[in-house]
Amino acid sequence: MAYERVLTKHVNEPHSYTLDFYLTQQRGYEALRKALTLDPNDIIEQVKASGLRGRGGAGFPTGLKWQFVLKDTPKPKYICCNADESEPGTFKDHVLMERNPHLLIEGCAVACYAIGAKVAYIYIRGEFYHVQQVLEAEIENAYKAGYLGKNIFGSGFDCDVYVHRGAGAYEAGEETALIESLEGKRAQPRIKPPFPAVAGLYQRPTAVNNVETLCNVPLIVLYGSEWFAGLGPEKNGGPKLFCISGHVKQPGVYEASMHTTLRELVFDYAGGMIDDRPLKAIIPGGSSVPLLLPDQLDTPASFDAVQKAGSLLGSAGLIVMNDSVCMVWLAMNLLHFYRHESCGKCTPCREGTDWLFKLLGRLEAGEGRQKDLDLLYRVSNNIVGKTLCAFGDAAATPVISTMKLFRQEYEAHVREGRCPLPAPWRASRPLFAGAH
Amino acid sequence: MEYAPAKFHKSARTLPEPGEAFAFTPENQAKFDAYVTRYPPDQRKSAILYALYLAQGQQGYLTRAAMQHVAQQIRCTPAEVEDVVSYYTMFFTKPVGKYVLNVCRTLSCALLGAERVTEELSAVLGIKPGETDPTGTFTLVEVECLGACDRAPVVMINDTDWHERLAPEHVRRFVEDLRARGKAALSGCHLHKEQGAGGGGQGAR
Ligand SMILES: Cc1cc2nc3c(=O)[nH]c(=O)nc-3n(C[C@H](O)[C@H](O)[C@H](O)COP(=O)(O)O)c2cc1C
Ligand code: FES
Repeated sequence: MAYERVLTKHVNEPHSYTLDFYLTQQRGYEALRKALTLDPNDIIEQVKASGLRGRGGAGFPTGLKWQFVLKDTPKPKYICCNADESEPGTFKDHVLMERNPHLLIEGCAVACYAIGAKVAYIYIRGEFYHVQQVLEAEIENAYKAGYLGKNIFGSGFDCDVYVHRGAGAYEAGEETALIESLEGKRAQPRIKPPFPAVAGLYQRPTAVNNVETLCNVPLIVLYGSEWFAGLGPEKNGGPKLFCISGHVKQPGVYEASMHTTLRELVFDYAGGMIDDRPLKAIIPGGSSVPLLLPDQLDTPASFDAVQKAGSLLGSAGLIVMNDSVCMVWLAMNLLHFYRHESCGKCTPCREGTDWLFKLLGRLEAGEGRQKDLDLLYRVSNNIVGKTLCAFGDAAATPVISTMKLFRQEYEAHVREGRCPLPAPWRASRPLFAGAH
Repeated sequence: MEYAPAKFHKSARTLPEPGEAFAFTPENQAKFDAYVTRYPPDQRKSAILYALYLAQGQQGYLTRAAMQHVAQQIRCTPAEVEDVVSYYTMFFTKPVGKYVLNVCRTLSCALLGAERVTEELSAVLGIKPGETDPTGTFTLVEVECLGACDRAPVVMINDTDWHERLAPEHVRRFVEDLRARGKAALSGCHLHKEQGAGGGGQGAR
């Protein structure tokens, strides 16, 4: 593990979040100073050359996203930083905001300069109140020191960064729903096109970027795109934060390169399985992606390699499960989530998640029928690809993936008329007895 | 013939309770007036969540009167405010206890016993999820992933404070402690506490 951390190196030092620490230990705001001497297009080119891909879930190239932002327009433009962090199994952005907030603030300012915006809104989930306190205090310090506000470094460039608090909605993490929420409405997705790059916040050109994505930007400006690309495999460059949770000894946020394999992440970084029980399955990228099996653990944790293995790196939230986990229960747990969080705009998703949850609940309660298994497939396939945003596909994934890999467990529920694997850490009374 | 008899109206929508007359305190009004300048002047609606947090903080929950006041502040219709309130999970339209215990029930927390935490809390407090105990001290709520899955099981208290790694067997002591010491009983967010000591995560090793 020769990798040297760049995003989270200092996060456990007591004053890592202060401006003083950032300036003295992390070459703070040097990237912004340098950026303001460059042509904005050169910064976009540099980010493109670095190969930086969005860390929010989709892995879309950031430089390209910025290039798409409409140039010749008298309208104001915006950066929206996605700090909604609500994909189950994901808990990396809050570490950056809480312990290295100036890196994000600087990233926002550089991003604004690159696309020609003057304002960045950081949309933070409502539950992160304590994080917001730190972030807002540090933004104020950045203003006082002249790194935000009017005429930064005498360059004539103005930039404001504001925090906008959400109020509890997973869908607010989807980029157009985030924009709707910022506009003071329900967090429901928009029809695309037009994409935010053309008509985003207040119908003006907007780039929505994840927190971790923006934190990488000052590093690229400061150390160069070659350095950045060289940290990881081809097209998967830069540092990456991995969130490891579930049945591991040391769950937490770990920074590594995308050369690192899933096995190394689980067994070296996170200390291996609790009580050394066998690993049954792993979700590599937050609850919305397909499961991987133990024989796939030697896959490097990069966007491309994980996709080749049949899943997605998504938000790099690794949920690790031992042999006590019933896969029907797992699908039910996640469908409870998706059913609750479905914004209700598209019928297949709103109704489908409810159907799936009820079918799974019936199976778990031992009242499932053989034909329910076909129904699960049919309902899932009537959601996938039929919704405005990626939520629908995500919601069907736990069902499709567990049915593909663990069909025999579904059959056993029907055959035995009960859950064959009622783990001791689960509720003693089934959530769903008698529900139809 | 009777036109549109009541049974045609199947909507489960219930109007929020009217509540007492409501207006921001002068401090909250000043906060709102300062906050709303973050957005373009013709986009006051962007400040709606902030205004609702202020109103909820002032009164504990949101009544129809409070929503009407927010509508006036934002310069939109009360229906638009209700539309927003009914969507987001962090707003209450009924009185809640002094401590709202929001237990995360999503996968990573469930794998480490969150379902049993809820069961234990239910037993200790004598209430089901969604209910408030008769003394008005505790409300029990099940919520979805809080974004701190490495500290499972996680509980958010009200909309501001956290308690992490609440094992089912610690629930009784936790409730007693919260009764006795108030928010001092909470672990808070790990990053505030565990700098360099114990726990997972790289910085901690
Ligand atoms: C249902 C849904 C929820 C999402 N939640 C988040 C989130 O919490 N945080 C995030 O950064 N991206 C989230 N995304 C991805 C965003 O839509 C978007 O791709 C991302 O913010 C773009 O930033 P990036 O290019 O820097 O990754 C979500 C997407 C969907 C479909
Ligand atoms: S699953 Fe409970 S915090 Fe993420």
